[in-house]
Amino acid sequence: MADWSSLLTLTFLTTLLISGIRLAIPIFLAALGEIITERGGVLNLGLEGIMLVGALAGFLAAYAVEQTASPWLVGVAPWLGLGAGLLAGALMGLIMAVFAVSLQTDQVVTGIMLVILGQGVTTYIYRQQFSSLTARVTTMPSIPIPGFSELPVIGPIFFNLDPVTYGSLFLLLASLFFLYQTTWGLNIRAVGEHPGAAETSGVNVAVVRYTAVLLGAALTGLGGAVLTVAQLGIFNEGITAGRGWIAVALVIFARWRPERAFAGAFLFGIATALQFRIQALNLGAVPYELLLMLPYVLTLLVLLRGDSRSMAPAALGKAYIKE
Amino acid sequence: MSDSVSSSPVTVQSEPAAGPFPPGRRAAWLRRGASLLAALVGIVLGLLAGAILILLSGADPVAAYWAMFQGAFGSQRALTETLLKTAPLLLMGLGLTVAFRAQVWNIGGEGQYLMGALTGAVVGLSLQAIAPPPLVIPLMLLAGLAGGALWAAVAAFLKLRFQINEIISTLMLNYIAEYFLLYLVRVPLKDPDSFLPQSVQLIRSVRLPTLGDTRIHVGFLIALGLAPLVYLLLWKTPLGFRIRAIGASQTVARYAGMNVSRGIVFALLFSGALAGLTGIMEVGALHTRLKAGILGGYGFSGILVALLGRLHPAGVLMASLFFAALTIGAQTMHSLYGLPMALAQVIQGLVVLFVLAADASTRRWIGSR
Repeated sequence: MADWSSLLTLTFLTTLLISGIRLAIPIFLAALGEIITERGGVLNLGLEGIMLVGALAGFLAAYAVEQTASPWLVGVAPWLGLGAGLLAGALMGLIMAVFAVSLQTDQVVTGIMLVILGQGVTTYIYRQQFSSLTARVTTMPSIPIPGFSELPVIGPIFFNLDPVTYGSLFLLLASLFFLYQTTWGLNIRAVGEHPGAAETSGVNVAVVRYTAVLLGAALTGLGGAVLTVAQLGIFNEGITAGRGWIAVALVIFARWRPERAFAGAFLFGIATALQFRIQALNLGAVPYELLLMLPYVLTLLVLLRGDSRSMAPAALGKAYIKE
Repeated sequence: MSDSVSSSPVTVQSEPAAGPFPPGRRAAWLRRGASLLAALVGIVLGLLAGAILILLSGADPVAAYWAMFQGAFGSQRALTETLLKTAPLLLMGLGLTVAFRAQVWNIGGEGQYLMGALTGAVVGLSLQAIAPPPLVIPLMLLAGLAGGALWAAVAAFLKLRFQINEIISTLMLNYIAEYFLLYLVRVPLKDPDSFLPQSVQLIRSVRLPTLGDTRIHVGFLIALGLAPLVYLLLWKTPLGFRIRAIGASQTVARYAGMNVSRGIVFALLFSGALAGLTGIMEVGALHTRLKAGILGGYGFSGILVALLGRLHPAGVLMASLFFAALTIGAQTMHSLYGLPMALAQVIQGLVVLFVLAADASTRRWIGSR
């Protein structure tokens, strides 16, 4: 029996927002990474593949550490997993940078190739390591902030999160500072807008673009690791389920601004959470496949609001050929 | 209208490498030679990288590759399986060749394949009891074509009307199509006599006819026949010229008075139609009903085939045979040495990645001369 009134209770909304913010984090980290990369003028469409590689690397590292059963190592297993995801992401970024910056291949094609390669490699390695058993790792518990977490409604939403969520909020602020207040940030934005002028004023375009791509891919890999290590505790083939592509769309929606990407990711988190909650409430009227479509339909809907190409970095996607 | 599609929102393309090639016949040959060389270098390096991966997995690369070769070509049964796998790869690759030539990045082959399978199977299932097979089968295939094209048309509409980049839209439409199909086979199209979420089976007489005693079906012939047609389309018709011109430079094509929007729509719909045809072909010949397992990962492997084939029908034909052999051979390698079948997918990706690298290097080398 469908009882839609159960959607409007306070508890429902609170749990919706809590899981919304959690589900937003992997997409947000990938989008944040892509913003840094694209601000440097490189279009990296390989996010889906990079996230997958980060997700598997993080999972394998955390799993291996947990297997050692050494009491003081096991406690930091998730953190080592996140570090592995970060490194694996950077490694994928290195491939992208070598191709896009040094070899000057078509960036669209190279990005799509990274996705295909990421899917193949993660499937291969996972099947090779765990042929039949379902492996699990311990996820991260949430940390209540004393004094605040008991507040009604906002307490559980904002002051009882897992460390990764707090960390991501910190990364949002750090990225704003990095992009707009530091020389490195300025250089990245300069080579994305007008690499010729940047080179003339003494900036090494290739070095800055390598940095932007590696940094962006590292954050994307971290996003993948957050998914498996901090949140789900498992790995599956294609576990990212299009989150990398949604992040690509989110960058356009966010008009290349980190804070807007966070807002956008939160919207996706809510949509995904809503879909889970409605399924859990078993409102038989809506087929669950329709609910599962929601994030993908939403991606198309948020892009409907019009053309934001004029906001894109001017040199995005174009190889810089030194005179 | 045509101005509004000048370039994709993620600002790719517009002025892709027109190529630093000098004009003239000698340059054309040089370019063609370099393109072929890049493909061969990519294949060799990709297989070498695969050998390293096999070594790391604790198996003997020579033995593993030999098992792969045997599994793909070693017996009549093996050869049949390889050719059966070639057909869908070839069809997808041919469609994407046209799309990529126009710099239209349709990566939604998976969704278009599913929608083609869906429309085709629905037509087949509704007509199989009332119409003669010689009528049903062509109608099924046509419905598959239409279903794929229609799904691609959604992306074309979003691109022209809202400037939504086709890379994102086609990819999102993949997931939407997949869940749509899962819903249909679970509820409205479900076979009431089955416990599984799957449709009723197509009766034997409306499945794709096979050649003689083999399992090779007419879909293989259709795919083979389409290869020269795509060549003629691209290089011998005004439409093909327009598509290649748009791919080389949208701006120049527009100044030359070409209707760029129409070219883009055609490229998207054509690749969607062939993906849809692939879908109904696989269902009509192999799966014989709609169910979750009809996805073959052809959306992405079709991209690899088109790229390795250097966006030329003859190249795509060879590339699809090569990748089919890798995929089928990997099954033997798996059963003999326990290596995951995904190794084929990894090698395919590495091959094309090395082709890109080799291509960039040779292009520079030619450019510097």
